[in-house]
Amino acid sequence: MRFTEMEVLTGEGARAVPLAGHVGFDSMPDQLVNKSVNHGFCFNILCVGETGLGKSTLMDTLFNTKFEGEPTQHNQPGVTLKSNTYELQESNVRLKLTVVNTVGFGDQINKEDSYKSIVEFIDAQFEAYLQEELKIKRTLHSYHDTRIHACLYFIAPTGHSLKSLDLVTMKKLDSKVNIIPIIAKSDAISKSELAKFKIKITSELVSNGVQIYQFPTDDESVAEINSTMNSHLPFAVVGSTEEVKIGNKMVKARQYPWGTVQVENENHCDFVKLREMLIRVNMEDLREQTHTRHYELYRRCKLEEMGFKDTDPDSKPFSLQETYEAKRNEFMGELQKKEEEMRQMFVQRVKEKEAELKEAEKELHEKFDRLKKLHQDEKKKLEEKKKSLDDELNTFKQKKTAAELLQNQAQQAGGSTTLKRDKERKK
Amino acid sequence: MIGHTSVAVGGLYGEKASGPTVDFSYVGIDAILEQMRRKAMKQGFELNIMVVGQSGLGKSTLMNTLFKSKVSRKSVLATSQEKIPKTIEIKSISHDIEEKGVRMKLTVIDTPGFGDQINNENCWQPIMKFINDQYEAYLQEEININRKKRIPDSRVHCCIYFIPPTGHCLRPLDVEFMRRLSKVVNIVPVIAKADTLTLEERDFFKKKIREELRANGIDVYPQKEFDEDAEDRMINEKIREMIPFAVVGSDQEYQVNGRRLLGRKTKWGTIEVENIAHCEFAYLRDLLIRTHMQNIKDITSSIHYEMYRVRRLNENNTVVAHANGIPEHHLAAHEM
Repeated sequence: MRFTEMEVLTGEGARAVPLAGHVGFDSMPDQLVNKSVNHGFCFNILCVGETGLGKSTLMDTLFNTKFEGEPTQHNQPGVTLKSNTYELQESNVRLKLTVVNTVGFGDQINKEDSYKSIVEFIDAQFEAYLQEELKIKRTLHSYHDTRIHACLYFIAPTGHSLKSLDLVTMKKLDSKVNIIPIIAKSDAISKSELAKFKIKITSELVSNGVQIYQFPTDDESVAEINSTMNSHLPFAVVGSTEEVKIGNKMVKARQYPWGTVQVENENHCDFVKLREMLIRVNMEDLREQTHTRHYELYRRCKLEEMGFKDTDPDSKPFSLQETYEAKRNEFMGELQKKEEEMRQMFVQRVKEKEAELKEAEKELHEKFDRLKKLHQDEKKKLEEKKKSLDDELNTFKQKKTAAELLQNQAQQAGGSTTLKRDKERKK
Repeated sequence: MIGHTSVAVGGLYGEKASGPTVDFSYVGIDAILEQMRRKAMKQGFELNIMVVGQSGLGKSTLMNTLFKSKVSRKSVLATSQEKIPKTIEIKSISHDIEEKGVRMKLTVIDTPGFGDQINNENCWQPIMKFINDQYEAYLQEEININRKKRIPDSRVHCCIYFIPPTGHCLRPLDVEFMRRLSKVVNIVPVIAKADTLTLEERDFFKKKIREELRANGIDVYPQKEFDEDAEDRMINEKIREMIPFAVVGSDQEYQVNGRRLLGRKTKWGTIEVENIAHCEFAYLRDLLIRTHMQNIKDITSSIHYEMYRVRRLNENNTVVAHANGIPEHHLAAHEM
């Protein structure tokens, strides 16, 4: 069997041929879109920012709905991440939106570890996807993707510069997620201060090497608007779900004694820009960047960490499977070795203990023997003593009976003779 | 840019839609459809079709007719005398075609020599090997640590099997081939050179073929078990009642009733290829290109490829597993 490829099966080298009529594959984008519509979409946003910067309100405003319950307290011991998933529908598009909030961010006295739980959370989502991808029987097309597609970083409207917590956190996150910095509660800053603030923030980000998400400019249909928007970063936003009557319309706004800040008025804040960029123009690109850049980076690092490596061009390609097998065998070998070691140690210990016990037993035996002997000696002595005492007693008895006999004889013969004899004897 | 609708889109979380002049309840989520379309147009599409059948059944012509251009191997390599090869060869040729801004890389994979030998035993083997090799190539790239952004897809999405128009029933070769290959690739059987069959003969032939496919447990595209919902099932049942399509191919145009049409001119009349009264080419084209192309690719990637992957990844494990006495369902859970 001869297998010949006439043309290389890659993009280069394929001939371009003109079509003589309508074939019909121009319906492919429609077919693809229809499939996605049936499947539904998912989008995951992470909101990072100190408590009280209006994160929940902004989400409510962006998606035109009331998401959560009560605002969070300020007394959290550490930073925790709370995620909520919502099903939204607009015309025929079903969106599974997950909003993740950082609870307690910036509240601690010592904020050194604040970023850690955020990084861990993002990594955990990558890990879950990686696990699914590596499974043997996998269901990728029905997998609920929880990877974070966009991270809205809320900057406090101080008007001066970024806080060091902000810089540190964003630096840790920029290689893991698409960061879109926004100035929260920007109605606290005047227009001129805002311009200066934005410039300061951008320059600080650049000088610290923080990579924020750039709206893509490679597709001509959106290149222009995206590049304009890129220059307006970070967006200064105001969120509000309350409506105020302006003229004859009801608009979302915040009402102050000195005036009303209209959320959707582009002169008042950049909310419309944010919504445009985040949802209406670049949602798909955010998802794609997450998958092809951030996730791939995580996957690469994780696999390399686990000890896998790719081929070098001249050696035989390692398959993940083979490497895994090799690693598994290695691991099993080690396990067995350890087991053997432990067993030997156990046997050793047992032997030692046995020896000890034997020693003890021997000692006890000896002691017992000694004691027994002592006891026997004592007994013997006692018996001897008893015997001698008995002998004495017998002798004494004999003497006594003899004496008594004599006494009787003497009494019978004449009392005085006996006495005399006794007297004589006594002399 | 997506324009704001003048009528408010209602119903996010049951909010009542406001009056006609206010549209602030429009979020713009549905703009993602446009974004996806843009992305798809920019990336372009890939399609790999394999044609299998004895020589002389009009495979090349049919490809040219389907894509309205000279995409078949024969048209590209002008060999005046095409010799029937002694063994089966697999030859593929790629083209970049574009229609209304949609770019597609079409790869036509030809299998000259199939079924042409005296002894055709195991003639499906090189074809199955080719198909599995493409799955393997994709798998290798997928499990690389440094892998490409877009893994080049050379997997065979669809295999068109040409049945000679005998009018009776499937030959053992046809049954064997389709039985084996329907397990690894989407098979679309067609009755080739159907202009030799009358309508009654054609219907009889088709019914016979369907029966035989059913009797042998051969699942051709669209497979019953992959219907996703009732709507799918309805559409696909209609198709399943019509396959195999009886096709006629032609890349020559003739004047018929004042119009220039693709057809075959004979002494007894002109067969119009795209006329559904004459042959079923139009149905085949619609199925393959206009309605089910994405579905064909999806089934290839999410079912056939995944099955290959499972088999491949389990290959090493089953040996170890049986040696250790581990039951198979443990492996999937503990793998990686």
